[in-house]
Amino acid sequence: MSDAQASAHAGHEHEAVYPYTPHHFHEAKQHFESGKMGVWLFLVTEILFFAGLFCAYTVYRAQNPEIFYWAHFYLDTKLGALNTIVLILSSFTAAWAVRNAQLGQGKLLRINIILTICGALGFMCVKYIEYSHKFHDGLLPARHFQPAHEVWETPDFKKKHPESALAAERIVARLAERKAKATAAAPIIDTIEAAPSESRAIPVDHHEEGHAHAAPVALPPEDPHMAALADDVWLETEVRKMSNAERHPLEMAGVIRRPADGPIRFARPERAGIFFSIYFFMTGLHGVHVVIGIGLWIWMLVIASKRKFGSSYFGPIEFTALYWHLVDLIWIYLFPMLYLIH
Amino acid sequence: MSSASTLIPADLGVIPSKPEENYLKHDKGILSWVFTLDHKRIGLMYLVSVLGAFALGGFFALAVRTELFFPGPTIINHDQYNQAMTLHGAVMVFLVIIPGIPAALGNIIMPLQLGAKDVAFPRLNLMSYHLWVLGALFFISSLVISAADTGWTFYVPYSTTTPTAVIPAAFGAFILGFSSIFTGLNFITTVHKLRPPGMTWFRLPLFIWALYSTAVIQVLATPVIGITLLMLIVERVVGLGIFDPALGGDPVLFQHFFWFYSHPAVYIMIVPAFGVVSEIIAVFSRKEIFGYKFIALSSVAIALLGFLVWGHHMFTSGQSVLAGTIFSAITFLIAIPTAIKILNWVTTMYKGRIHLDTPMLYAIAFLWVFTIGGLTGVFLSTMSVDVHLHDTYFVVAHFHYVMMGGAITAFMGGLHYWWPKFIGRMYNEKLAKVATVLVFVGLNVTFFPQFLLGTRGMPRRYYNYLPEFQGLHQLSTIGAFVLGLGFLMTAFYLIQSAKSGKKAPANPWGGTTLEWQCASPPPYYNFHDTPEVNRGPYEGYAHLKFDKETQGYVPTE
Repeated sequence: MSDAQASAHAGHEHEAVYPYTPHHFHEAKQHFESGKMGVWLFLVTEILFFAGLFCAYTVYRAQNPEIFYWAHFYLDTKLGALNTIVLILSSFTAAWAVRNAQLGQGKLLRINIILTICGALGFMCVKYIEYSHKFHDGLLPARHFQPAHEVWETPDFKKKHPESALAAERIVARLAERKAKATAAAPIIDTIEAAPSESRAIPVDHHEEGHAHAAPVALPPEDPHMAALADDVWLETEVRKMSNAERHPLEMAGVIRRPADGPIRFARPERAGIFFSIYFFMTGLHGVHVVIGIGLWIWMLVIASKRKFGSSYFGPIEFTALYWHLVDLIWIYLFPMLYLIH
Repeated sequence: MSSASTLIPADLGVIPSKPEENYLKHDKGILSWVFTLDHKRIGLMYLVSVLGAFALGGFFALAVRTELFFPGPTIINHDQYNQAMTLHGAVMVFLVIIPGIPAALGNIIMPLQLGAKDVAFPRLNLMSYHLWVLGALFFISSLVISAADTGWTFYVPYSTTTPTAVIPAAFGAFILGFSSIFTGLNFITTVHKLRPPGMTWFRLPLFIWALYSTAVIQVLATPVIGITLLMLIVERVVGLGIFDPALGGDPVLFQHFFWFYSHPAVYIMIVPAFGVVSEIIAVFSRKEIFGYKFIALSSVAIALLGFLVWGHHMFTSGQSVLAGTIFSAITFLIAIPTAIKILNWVTTMYKGRIHLDTPMLYAIAFLWVFTIGGLTGVFLSTMSVDVHLHDTYFVVAHFHYVMMGGAITAFMGGLHYWWPKFIGRMYNEKLAKVATVLVFVGLNVTFFPQFLLGTRGMPRRYYNYLPEFQGLHQLSTIGAFVLGLGFLMTAFYLIQSAKSGKKAPANPWGGTTLEWQCASPPPYYNFHDTPEVNRGPYEGYAHLKFDKETQGYVPTE
């Protein structure tokens, strides 16, 4: 830099030449480049912050691939896709806002910032709809996980695998019937030993608790040979009688499984709740970042109406946009990882 | 770095500034401190706060050591013992050692050594400090509610089930993490963007290299502990189950996450110490540092290798033997850059004109204790040996030789070295030397017996022990009190110095880095005009002579 600029920093001339550059910088370019480097470093820390969650996701997915197939029936891909589009559009308006700032287009800049904020608010509204459905259906983090519907009762599953859904309903109803019979045969033992964990392992409770949406399946009387079989042998026989189309989706989702150390089981996957822990933690933390983004854009709107942006001063808008693109980018990973992969 | 550079003695002279520009007196009132953007004031507030936390952590350490003077209950019950042990560790690690050298000493010295007016982001710097205070308040609130008893490592599943106040402590550490991240981010940007004309990368003082390497680790590792602690907190609140075996989660995953940060964090604590020692040894040997590039780049090497060794904390956690072998091998590699540093420091001292002032005493103490600490680390990184020594006092002794003997010794050295610059006053050199000897002796008497205890099978963190261990435990406790006495003395003469010490000259030790060309204490804007740099940081000792009148060093004609 020239001598005139080098000496300008000491006095009031500095403020005249670079109205928005703090004193400890020589000139506006150094200020901008420092800010940009700082923001990029901050984005690196953000990625590492999320990296812990991506790691937890990877470990959990490697250990329980079936749960991801199981869980995808509960997530609304359409809403997820809508949110992806909304967020990408808002990233576009953010990028446009940077251009507006560089060219000093004050009015267009404010319009683009407002559009970006609208996108962010729209995203949060969709998130609200998704979350409230999940809360309502008991799809909560592991300790509170108590889903109102089993996977074969979800509309998605019924649509994709109608035979399989029917077969599952049949087996569940038959299991309930067998259990009721066993209870009638040994009432005293049952009242003493009815452990809650056992009833959760074979999830048939909510049918009895009278959830109106699940129409009771009309069963023909059971073949007496079958009725005489022990529970696990009975289940094995039933599963073998199923067609591929009936059996395969239920096996993929981990509902029918043959653990190495025990008999065949027909139940919700054991660690299913952790999926929703990861889901809520990742999307929730992302949502917090969106809310922070809204705050930052409102701040930018205030600055935009006070200061004059132009080719030599547009740092704040660019930095906010960089942050916003990262928030967008994280969602672009979250959407396929949670909603699409199965 | 070559002697062929055109060094004019006048280049080493003090840049004139008016006494009323002194940063300590530039503005008045408490708010001018609390909301200051001046890196020197922020650094000084950090320094005072860190020393306060050091006293608190030291108090808990003495409580633990006193309790262990006799087997069975001595002064506190076993729950209180667990809490004192946890808070000693958490306070010392998160509140003292991690911010100690970078945020307190580095904040003041780094822009001065760079000839800059401030760090790149002064507001962010202030925010780092405010976050530190907030984090510390959360720690103290945990102390008041029901102090956490998990150990500083917060291992699950105990930390998710204990009834003590884990959440405030973990949240405190979470906030302190952000404080640390922002400091790192600030320092990296400052080194990249605020170097003065002529100061190339290989003309940076080694302290800056060390802070830069540290900042890289702070930025890359700390977010991971942030998210881990957040997961721990949410686990306790809503029951995520990710770490909870009762819900199908994996507790070893927590250990991976924790050590992915906490091993690099060990280098956040020790690498700045290397920087301080490099400065002190060059200046007090009156000799250009030997192997400048090796010392500089070995800091970077340690910073990067430090990310690949976390599994050596988990040899007994059930990780695969293959993983253990790889982690063990990479851990051995770290001994190489570390040894490079030690050998270069010793070579710098060789045939130097060694001045045994207090900072140099600390630096020599560092060489001694850190070498012991480092070499015993090689024992622990050997899997077959570690399986026996894991969770014994051997680990405690190793850790304290490195952290207390390494990081704190270097911190004390740096504190004495730059104290005249910070405050503008000298301290009582005689008392300081006595205190240094007390600290050195206390350190070794406290921790050396713990190596013996560990090899004989005394497990760490225990409230009670077998009578056969009593002699060594008592020796260790006596050492701890000698150490405490040394620090008490230090506090005494430093307070005395701040109140009524002799006025310090601009360059009391004959240093050639830029901070010694500022007045003591520096003016508000450090350098009125950015200095041009045309020499290496440790060139020109021959051009400085002691001036009896000012009791400091001035350039020869």
